[in-house]
Amino acid sequence: MSLINAPSPHTRERTDTGAVMRRVILATLPGLAVLVWQFGAGVLFNVLWAAAVALAAEALFLRARGKPVGFYLRDGSALVTAVLLGLALPPTAPWWLTLIGVAFAIVVAKQLYGGLGMNPFNPAMVGYVLLLISFPVAMTQWIAPGQAPTLADSLALFLGQTPADAFSGATPLDTFRTWAGDAGALAEHGILQGVLAGRGWQWVNLAFLIGGLYLLARRVIGWHIPVAFLAGLGVPALIAHQIDAARFAGPLFHLFSGGAMLGAFFIATDPVSAATSRLGRFVQALLIGVLIWVIRTFGGYPDAVAFAVLLLNLAAPFIDYYTRPRAYGHKGARS
Amino acid sequence: MFGLFGKARPPAPVFDFPGGVHPPQHKGRSNGTPIQPGPLPAQLVLPLNMHLGAPAKPCVAEGDRVLKGEKIAEPVGAVSAALHAPTSGTVVAIGPRPIQHPSGMDALCIVMEPDGEDRWIERRPVADPAALGPDGLVALLREAGVAGLGGAGFPTAVKVTLGDQQRVEQLIINAVECEPYITADDRLMRERADEIAGGIRLLQYLLNPQHTLIGIEDNKPEAIAAMRAACAGSDMEVRVVPTKYPSGGEKQLIQLLTGKEVPSGALPAQCGVVCQNVGTAWAIKRAVHDGEPLIRRVTTVTGDAVARPGNYETLLGTPVRDLLRHAGVDGERLGRLVMGGPMMGFTLHDPAVPVVKTSNCLIAATLEELPEPPPEQACIRCGACAESCPASLLPQQLYWYAKSDDFERAQRHDLMDCIECGACAYVCPSHIPLVQYYRYAKGEIRHQAAEQLKADRARERFEARQARLEKEREEKEARRRARLEANRQKQAAAPAGDDRRLADLKKAVGKASSAYKAAVKAAKTAEAQETDNAAELRARADQLKAEADRLKAELRDAKAGAPAAGAPVPAPTDLLADLKKAVGEASGAYKAAVKAAKAAEAEGTDNAHDLRAKADTLKAEADRLKAELRDAKAANPGAVVKLAPTGKAQDNAPATGDATTSAPEADPEAAAKRQKRLKALKTAYNMAHKQYKEAHAALERTERDAGDDDRERLDALAAKVDKLKAKADHCRDALNALVEEAKADIRAHTGKDLKTLKLEAARAETALRQKADELARLRDTADADTLETLDGELRALDEEAQVARRALKQAVQEQGLVEDDQ
Amino acid sequence: MTTVLIAIAALLALAAVFGAALGFASEKFKVEGDPIVDQIDALLPQTQCGQCGHPGCRPYAEAIAEGEEHNRCPPGGETTVEALADLLGREVLPLDDDGAEDAGEDRVAFIREDECIGCTKCIQACPVDAIVGAAKQMHTVIADECTGCDLCVEPCPVDCIDMLPRATTLATWSWDRPAGIGRRPEERIEVVNL
Repeated sequence: MSLINAPSPHTRERTDTGAVMRRVILATLPGLAVLVWQFGAGVLFNVLWAAAVALAAEALFLRARGKPVGFYLRDGSALVTAVLLGLALPPTAPWWLTLIGVAFAIVVAKQLYGGLGMNPFNPAMVGYVLLLISFPVAMTQWIAPGQAPTLADSLALFLGQTPADAFSGATPLDTFRTWAGDAGALAEHGILQGVLAGRGWQWVNLAFLIGGLYLLARRVIGWHIPVAFLAGLGVPALIAHQIDAARFAGPLFHLFSGGAMLGAFFIATDPVSAATSRLGRFVQALLIGVLIWVIRTFGGYPDAVAFAVLLLNLAAPFIDYYTRPRAYGHKGARS
Repeated sequence: MFGLFGKARPPAPVFDFPGGVHPPQHKGRSNGTPIQPGPLPAQLVLPLNMHLGAPAKPCVAEGDRVLKGEKIAEPVGAVSAALHAPTSGTVVAIGPRPIQHPSGMDALCIVMEPDGEDRWIERRPVADPAALGPDGLVALLREAGVAGLGGAGFPTAVKVTLGDQQRVEQLIINAVECEPYITADDRLMRERADEIAGGIRLLQYLLNPQHTLIGIEDNKPEAIAAMRAACAGSDMEVRVVPTKYPSGGEKQLIQLLTGKEVPSGALPAQCGVVCQNVGTAWAIKRAVHDGEPLIRRVTTVTGDAVARPGNYETLLGTPVRDLLRHAGVDGERLGRLVMGGPMMGFTLHDPAVPVVKTSNCLIAATLEELPEPPPEQACIRCGACAESCPASLLPQQLYWYAKSDDFERAQRHDLMDCIECGACAYVCPSHIPLVQYYRYAKGEIRHQAAEQLKADRARERFEARQARLEKEREEKEARRRARLEANRQKQAAAPAGDDRRLADLKKAVGKASSAYKAAVKAAKTAEAQETDNAAELRARADQLKAEADRLKAELRDAKAGAPAAGAPVPAPTDLLADLKKAVGEASGAYKAAVKAAKAAEAEGTDNAHDLRAKADTLKAEADRLKAELRDAKAANPGAVVKLAPTGKAQDNAPATGDATTSAPEADPEAAAKRQKRLKALKTAYNMAHKQYKEAHAALERTERDAGDDDRERLDALAAKVDKLKAKADHCRDALNALVEEAKADIRAHTGKDLKTLKLEAARAETALRQKADELARLRDTADADTLETLDGELRALDEEAQVARRALKQAVQEQGLVEDDQ
Repeated sequence: MTTVLIAIAALLALAAVFGAALGFASEKFKVEGDPIVDQIDALLPQTQCGQCGHPGCRPYAEAIAEGEEHNRCPPGGETTVEALADLLGREVLPLDDDGAEDAGEDRVAFIREDECIGCTKCIQACPVDAIVGAAKQMHTVIADECTGCDLCVEPCPVDCIDMLPRATTLATWSWDRPAGIGRRPEERIEVVNL
């Protein structure tokens, strides 16, 4: 008869990293569905292709680093990175764009830093920013919402061919940027006249919000990051909008445009690159939100989730240093 | 924040602590049945360190018969508790047995065999505790062996002894029992609430607290009701705390009930709180009111692998195996055996481990119930651990630091405030054994601290020793100087002629006797090696001895003739000393001879008989010398007393020419001796080696020529060769040892080892040669000035080389070391 | 021209002021003794074993301060080399322990007391006075004070001193380091008679 000799505790909560990652992927499904509905199957191609590339790159590098491949692949973190990057890429992105972005995210931003848990930056956002800077045109071409190309056209776009019809249209954020300050012009653009925010994009963001609430309900993520993120973005927008509605978009528009919800619930919540303590995470996410509003309003890019997240990843150790919780029995304690 | 809260109104019912987890309770299966008596095992094993602190000291011996409740081990030191026989029987052993420790190590235990009669020793219940006074009560608790039954087993007597200035604001009775599975306190409260209340009253008497709070988790409604009933009308207050692990942790419970935090590194008493386990309160009552020392406790036996889970009133020392069998364990299904709860308990290595004062629970779990821990995965910094940490630490950071052995940073992140509750590891989705990482780091930190302490002590001792040696050396030097001075004055005062003659004679005697000694040694060595010139050497030694004796006699005469001139006492003393030395030498020689003879006899060699004879002769000689010494002593009774100091003086006086090995100066005498020994050894070795070679060649020849019938002769030859080889090897080893010794001496007194000296000489030589070459090359081309400079340099180098050469030569010679290559 | 002169004058004045300040500071905050030697000494394990070629830890500390290699302390092991490299801002060198397998192992001298002849040689050799005994009397090692330096082993004429690894006791036992990522933190123990 043999008995287990193990350190305490002898019982564990039945969670594991793989399950956490699977839930994150599950939570992206509503968003993915709405994206496909609005922009065509290109998004789906991106996500699937990105997943394949990520797994291959991860396996290859784990092997090169002499780590057990199967064991690490099962944690699902590469898949999450791939799905998030795939969702962020424009639906018109050709296959090689996705390949470069995902491979860079997995290899450089994650494995070269030592793999899961060691990367200081969110790998998906590193891949996204690399592509945005290297291929600005390809990365800013979006399809007008609701004018989803056919499956064949999506496939052609994905394979890098130019289909018969040209699909391109500005996003609500782009449009607002272009015509900001001109109330008349803003009113003319139908894309800005959605129920919540810009047409099409409002539903995308709503879907990601639903997925995010699911994550909150399953306690995969805490409330601190999304709430602080949305507050950081929404509050400055509200204040500025009160001052000059024509120049500054309203809080709802900001919250339901671009990558706001994806960023708040899926990107900024990446625990690896976030701050450690609850207070630290709150502060960090708040700053991410504010930075997004600042860049969207005054910066050179229409959207800024990736930049803001990366910049605040950089500040995580600093934030950690100043937000360390007071341990039991240490200074400040009574008696 | 809590401060404001606390002042605004009387103590709020319950505060909160950060973090915590909610593991499944599994309490239902063991709290349904009343407490049942445990088994009476065939043997009881009672570890001497059931409690925290110094192990108790046995006060019984093997074979003693003891009664139930009889003290079998005494408390040692301040933090300790006594140990009592849990039933009547015989002490069968006091020795190491496996004990309740995660390491699975053994410790000293008293093993007793119950006689089944369960006969009590006379009990002395205390009817009126107040009559004893607080000090008397504390002493009683210490003698009764009462220690904390909840967790660490801290001796209760220590915990209830307060400093002069200490006031207890809150006495907290810990009845939380927050770990899953455990229901021992729950049942105890349901069934013996009144006894517990009695124990609490005793604690109140001892501590005089402002408030007495009993903390119970809200998952034990029956226990809450029972305790409320028992406490009705008293100043004890039952406080119900929400079910959350680890609310039963001492610090967490204090925070829950009072809002206070115990400062890091301090004891609760320092912030006016004393915490006692509810089981301890019961044990206190039994000890005082019933005169029963702590010999039993309620232990929960649970888990899917036992048929009758429940609470058993177990005798301390009952092996876990017996208790499990009593509860109907199914060995086939048992997958993990945990002592304590599932969060903080430890797995047992051996079911022979006994139940002790702190064993509140035994979990015999199946593999399905407590499955194998999954493999550790990478940390994803999810922060679940930080959210569950009741001490508000950053478990994740601590994990990184522990993993990378960065203990300093770990300490700065308050690793030492971790209570090892296991909440972080419980929630970790990557299945990291976080608690083990912290325990490892804590162990290393403690280890390093101990090492540092030890290093500091070693440094102190080293420095003290250095100082002492230095002082001794100085004193010696001072004495030597004083003696020299005295001698000189004496010389000046005494008639010069006689004195000088005496001194000369003395010197001559010294020289002669050392020459004799050297000769004897050489002869002995030669004899030992059986070289040819041994007899010759021996003869020479005898001759020298005669000479020395003659000189000695002369000296004696001279001294006798001039009693006024020289010092009267030293003469016989010198003689005595000489005689003594001679006796020592003779007996040494005899002993060596006996040894050689014995060895020879053991080997059965031919010359064994001769050797024995020689040994006998030597013995006779030694005896004769001894007799002489005795006579001399008898003739000069006064001298004996002075012998020691004079002998010592001789050692230190270089004038006597005695070999003082400890003196830092090179000793020519010893060197000469060594040189002789070296030569003798070399000769011996060469000869032995030659003999061996020859024998070997003969053997080979024979082997080539001889047929099978010559087997015997061959074997004999081979044996001879082996013997000779051994001898040669022996000689070579001795030679090497001597050379090494000499080298070491060179190092000791030149401060450099031989190699360095050689190197220096060689370097100087090379530099010289190079310079000479340069000079030769430049002789035709360079002008006069340059040549002159070069010449000067050359001369300087030459001198340097000579110095080095001389140093080397001197060192080598001084030690009698003449190497072949020189 | 005047501008140049003013500039030079200003610079000279500044130089004088700062020079005076520096001089004052160096006098005022003068460091007594040679604390670096103390700091090095504090890092050495104080076994006083002489394996570095110096008669004790302090002399070696002084030698290191004067530029000797800091990797000659086998009892201190890699940890000490690293700590010294850190303190002195030098490179971390591989330990110079002649390839001894047991370098850094915590050992303690043990005298086989039946065989001890009471010659006091080990007592004289012990750098920390951790051996007690008198001439012709049996000697014994105070295990707590023994630094495991080996120095007593060689002088013993009857070879009755052993260097034993220091045994783990309940007081010194501590948990092992977990096996790491990919490993289960558990082992199996065989149990009989249950």
